Amino acid sequence: MNFFKKRLPLLLAFFTGWLAVILDYIPHQNGEALMTTITKGLIIIGAVTAFMGIYGLLGHHYLKMKRKNEGWAYSLLVWAGFFIMMLFGIYNNGEWILKPQAEVGGVSWIYEYIFNPCQATMFSMLAFFIASAAYRTFRAKSIEAGILLVAAIIVMIGQVPVGILISERLPDISQWLLDYPNLAVKRAIFFGIALGGVSTSLRIIFGIERAYLGGE
Amino acid sequence: MRNLFYLIFNFFLLTPCLLFVFTSVFTSVMTMTITTTARGEVDVLVPLTVPEGLQLIDKPNDNGQALMLLWKKNSSANSSAPENDKISYEIIIAENQNGPFFPVGKIIAPFKTKYDFPQLFGYAKENKEYYAFEIKGYTKPNEVKAGEVKEGEKPKTTDVLLSPNVTYYVKVKVLEEISTTPLKFNEKELNEVLSATTKGNWFATNKTNSVLILIFLTVVIMLYIYWAQRNPHGLFIRKIAGLDAMDDAIGRATEMGKMALFVHGLRSVSDVPTIAAMNILGRIARKIAEFDAELKVSHWDPIVQQVSQETVKEAYIEAGRPDAYKEENIFFAAGDQFSYAAAVEGVMVREKPAAIFHFGYFYAESLLLSETGAQTGAIQIAGTDAFTQIPFFITTCDYTLIGEELYAASAYLSREPKLLGGIKGQDVGKVAIIAVLILGTIFTTCGWERFSQLFWP
Repeated sequence: MNFFKKRLPLLLAFFTGWLAVILDYIPHQNGEALMTTITKGLIIIGAVTAFMGIYGLLGHHYLKMKRKNEGWAYSLLVWAGFFIMMLFGIYNNGEWILKPQAEVGGVSWIYEYIFNPCQATMFSMLAFFIASAAYRTFRAKSIEAGILLVAAIIVMIGQVPVGILISERLPDISQWLLDYPNLAVKRAIFFGIALGGVSTSLRIIFGIERAYLGGE
Repeated sequence: MRNLFYLIFNFFLLTPCLLFVFTSVFTSVMTMTITTTARGEVDVLVPLTVPEGLQLIDKPNDNGQALMLLWKKNSSANSSAPENDKISYEIIIAENQNGPFFPVGKIIAPFKTKYDFPQLFGYAKENKEYYAFEIKGYTKPNEVKAGEVKEGEKPKTTDVLLSPNVTYYVKVKVLEEISTTPLKFNEKELNEVLSATTKGNWFATNKTNSVLILIFLTVVIMLYIYWAQRNPHGLFIRKIAGLDAMDDAIGRATEMGKMALFVHGLRSVSDVPTIAAMNILGRIARKIAEFDAELKVSHWDPIVQQVSQETVKEAYIEAGRPDAYKEENIFFAAGDQFSYAAAVEGVMVREKPAAIFHFGYFYAESLLLSETGAQTGAIQIAGTDAFTQIPFFITTCDYTLIGEELYAASAYLSREPKLLGGIKGQDVGKVAIIAVLILGTIFTTCGWERFSQLFWP
C-alpha cells in the first residue's frame, strides 16, 4: 500500500519530470510525437476530472441547501443555472446533442445577455477596488510609503493628457520611472522566479519535496 | 609632336573606353534573357540578378519538416543591388527530380540573412553575407476529374507540409519587375536543380547553453542539499515575515472558531506556481489539523481540486486527525475567471474567514479577491509569481510573498535541512546570474558581444 501511495508517485514524478526536461531538447519528430501523446493524456485526465469537478460543485451546493446554510438560495441559483444551461445545450435550438452547438438559441442568449454582463460587472468593480486599495497604500506613513506616493503620482499624471499641460517633462519622467527602476525590479523578480521554478522542479523530480503528497 | 599626342590620346584614353564598351556589350549579351509578358509577347532584353552560391540544406535543429535555401549576397557589379525591391525569387519544389514542381512561394526584398536565424546558424558575422529562406511546405493543386472544374473557376489547392526523411528538389525562378502598370516581370528559371533530404535532429544544438546551465544548477542545488543534510545547523535562511505569520493566522482562526480559506490561483496542475501552492497547502493543512481549526480550499480547475483533496486528506492523516477531514470543504468554485472571483468573494462575505491564504498564479481577479478579503477583516497572506499582480496583493494583504518566496515557502515552513539546502543552491545560481550580468554589461559596453552571445538562445 505504501508503494502505491508514496513510492509510485515519486517514481512517476522522477521519470515523467526528466522525460519532459529531455524532450524539450529533442526537436526530432519522434520526440514531438511522444510529447503530443503525453499532452493528449493530460487532456483525457482533464475531461474525466471535469465530471468530478461538476459532481463536487453540485454536491457542495446541495449540502448547503440541505443544511439551510447562510445564503443557501445562491446555491439553488447555481443548480438552476447549471440545469437550465444544460437543457438548452441538449435542445441545441432543435438540433439536439448529436449536432454541433447552434450559434443562436438559448445557450448563446444566456451567454450573451446574462453571463457576459455579469462578467463585465465583476470586472468593472476593479476600478472601485483600485481606488480604495490605492487610498490605503498611498498614505505617507513612512519614508518608503512617501517615495511610493510621489512615484505613483508622477506615473499616474504622466500617463494622462493633463500631465503634459502641467509640465512637458512629466511624461518623460513617468516613462523613465517605468523603463528603468520599475523594469530593473521586474527583471530581478523574474530571475528569482525562474530560479525558484527550477529549484522547486528539481526538488519534486528528485523526491525531496513531498508536501504535495500530504507528508513531510 | 601632334602625331605623338594623338598616339598617346588614342592609347591611354580611347583604348580603355573601347575596352569598357566592348566588355559591357559582351557581358550584357551573355546574361541577356528573353523577357516574356503575361500575354506571351516578346518584350525587351534585360539583364537579371542571378543568385550566387545557391545551396539547399536540411534545416538544423528541427523536427525534419523544413529546408533552408541559402545564397550569397550578389557581388556582381553589373547586376542590380540585392536589396532592390524589384528583384524577387520564386521557389518551386518537387519530390522527383523531373517534377511535377509545385510553388513554395515568392521571396521578396528585404531578404533575411543567415544572421537573422541565430538559433540555426549562430552569431558569426560571416552569416550576414548569406541570404536564407525557410521552406516549410508548398501548395499542391487538388486532383480533379475531367469536367469537374467549371470554366473560369479557380482550381482548388491544398497546403502540403514537408515530410521528414524525404529528398526534395528545388528550382529557383528570378523575377525582375520592369513595369508596375501594367505589372510586368522579366523572368528567368535557373537550370540548376537543388536537392536536399529533410532529417529530424535528436538534439537542439541551439539549446546547448541551456543544457549546460541546467546541469550547473542541478549540480549546485544537489550539492547544497547533500551538504545541508550533513550540516543541518550550518544553514542561515533570512526571515520571511509572511511565512512566520502563518502560524499566527492559523492560531487566530482557531481562537475565533472561524475557518481559514485557501484560495488557489488560476493555473493548471502542470504549472510550477500551482505545485508550489500545493506544497504550501500541504503544510497549512497539517497545521490546521493539529490546531483543530476548519479549512476550506477553493479551486478554479477540477484537476487541481482532485490533487488538493488528496494533499489535504494526507496531511490530516499525517497529523493523526483523519476524522476532521471534510471532502466538501475542498471545493470547485467555478471554471471561469470572474465567476470564480464572484464565488470566492461570496464565501468570504458570508462565512467571514479569520485567515485567508492566496497562493498560486493570479490575474485581474487578484484585487477583487484580496480587497474583499481585506474588507471582511481577515488576516491575509498572499504569494504569487505573477509580477503584475504583486502590487495589488501588497496593497490589500497583511503579508505578501514576492516571486521566489512562493517557491521557498514550503522549505521554510518545514525547516527540513534538505529542503533548505535547495534554497541555498538556488541562491548560488542567483549569484552566478548576477556575475554574468555584470560581466556581460562590461564586455558589451567595450564592444565585445561574444560573451553575451554565449547566453543568448
